[in-house]
Amino acid sequence: MSHLSAALAHCLPELILAAGVLVLVLLGAVRGKESDGLVTEIAAGLLGAAILVILLGGKTNAIVFDGAFINDGFGRFMKVLTLAGSLVTLVMSRDFLAAEKIDKFEFPILILLSTLGMLILISAAGLIALYLGLELMSLALYVLAAFHRDNIRASEAGLKYFVLGALSSGMLLYGASLLYGFAGTVSFAGIAETINGKASLGVVFGLVFLMVGLAFKMSAVPFHMWTPDVYEGAPTPVTAFFITAVKMAAVAITLRVILTAFPGIAPQWRQIVIFLSILSMVLGSFAAIGQANIKRLMAYSTIGHVGFALVGLAAGGEAGVAGVLAYMAIYLVMTLGTFAGILSMRVNGAGVENISDLSGLARTDGVMAFFFAMMMFSLAGVPPLAGFFAKWYVFNAAIQSGLYPLAVIGVLSSVVAAFYYLRVVKVMYFDEPAPAFDRPAPAPRIVLAVSGILVVFLFAYPGLFIDATMAAARSLF
Amino acid sequence: MTVSLAQFLIVAAILFTLGVAGVILNRKNIIVVLMSVELILLSVNLNLVAFSAFLSDLTGQIFALFILTVAAAEAAIGLAILVAYYRNRGSIAVDDINMMKG
Repeated sequence: MSHLSAALAHCLPELILAAGVLVLVLLGAVRGKESDGLVTEIAAGLLGAAILVILLGGKTNAIVFDGAFINDGFGRFMKVLTLAGSLVTLVMSRDFLAAEKIDKFEFPILILLSTLGMLILISAAGLIALYLGLELMSLALYVLAAFHRDNIRASEAGLKYFVLGALSSGMLLYGASLLYGFAGTVSFAGIAETINGKASLGVVFGLVFLMVGLAFKMSAVPFHMWTPDVYEGAPTPVTAFFITAVKMAAVAITLRVILTAFPGIAPQWRQIVIFLSILSMVLGSFAAIGQANIKRLMAYSTIGHVGFALVGLAAGGEAGVAGVLAYMAIYLVMTLGTFAGILSMRVNGAGVENISDLSGLARTDGVMAFFFAMMMFSLAGVPPLAGFFAKWYVFNAAIQSGLYPLAVIGVLSSVVAAFYYLRVVKVMYFDEPAPAFDRPAPAPRIVLAVSGILVVFLFAYPGLFIDATMAAARSLF
Repeated sequence: MTVSLAQFLIVAAILFTLGVAGVILNRKNIIVVLMSVELILLSVNLNLVAFSAFLSDLTGQIFALFILTVAAAEAAIGLAILVAYYRNRGSIAVDDINMMKG
């Protein structure tokens, strides 16, 4: 019994979400249509409680449930990021959903279920836990993408995401089955032990299929083709959720699988990661240039940013992983701020999402234009904003590992990417004003301002932040 | 005559390839895509059960049971999204899923 309670103590955040979601489903079913506000508030409270439990709880590392679930510094760091992404998205989404008349109580419940899947995914220490976490996350996400079910674009986004997501899960599973067969175990540590420097052909095939499945979830090129369509068609809060929380979990599990299950065959996976990274950076930079829809622009932007984060993984080692963690944390803040801005883009009660709708925003709403421009400069990587430091950490790690071509391609593609971010700033500050936006709701406004402040002032206190990423990265080795 | 592990793996690989080809090549009907996805998952199950038998290790069979369960949930959600899409678009042909292009 004490054994079980010790194990359960290590997954307290997951237990909070799992128990909470069951209660909320009942509450929603009993109270019916009016329960939306209450359910959202409780759901936000549960996410906040999970963050507090991780931040204030025990810092001991352990593998529990017969090697299926690991609680370590890396997992705790990524879980806090994921939970923060979910929480902020949920709080920002209320007014948007109400305006679109899709403020049903299922929305916070699906967000909670999906977040629970992400937490399990981040803490997976074996292939079975990885698959179950991934599916719990994805199944809720398919429904979320099609949440606006009377809208043809949203339901098409949901359908596309479902078909390609199911295909990618199948690929990942096929890789998992090969790994199980040729390594004889499903635990990452056991696989690492069996491989021990020399990989059989079966293991390499398994690794490749596993990487394909994970690249789909991260939307790394060449497995990105669903990303722009799904991100454009899904309701804006759902897109924000995809780009923030989901991205954190996908990158986290990729790092964990590669670094804990395959440390012995670094040359093999490094080739794949470099390939994904270069293609993602280049395509993310060039394909975004011609986009008119801001959500589609952000979709290509996220493809590029995943490429930059993968540079850190290709570099490997503690410095590289710490670089990826710093990158993801800063990216989370930047995208939350950007989507707070996009959620405020409403004219006469209807949402607009073209870049031209931002024209002359500096004259109609100077404060929002200023903070939104901050986000764009930071995404482009202009010093001294946080986005610059994010890129600096990963490129620095790449150079220290001797990956000069990768770093050069990265810097060049971020120069190209700067063009389309700065174009948004130019549209806001120098074009003739479009019709002014409605008075924005307070929540997105606050999120935009807080992200703006964080992005500007990171360079003042980087020490604390860097120590946290280093400590988290160390627990993977 | 006994069936060797390699023969199981070849059958599973053929099923997997058929499933992937069905998802990618099919231009007519999304239901066929859903069936192809099921085919992929079943090929994985065959792989896992064969490995499990030849390794004398139960983990693979437990994994296969989990996959069966999740596949059922996945099919339910897929069909639900398909119904929502059909109500809006009036068609489930793959060629008609083209509101957004990229």
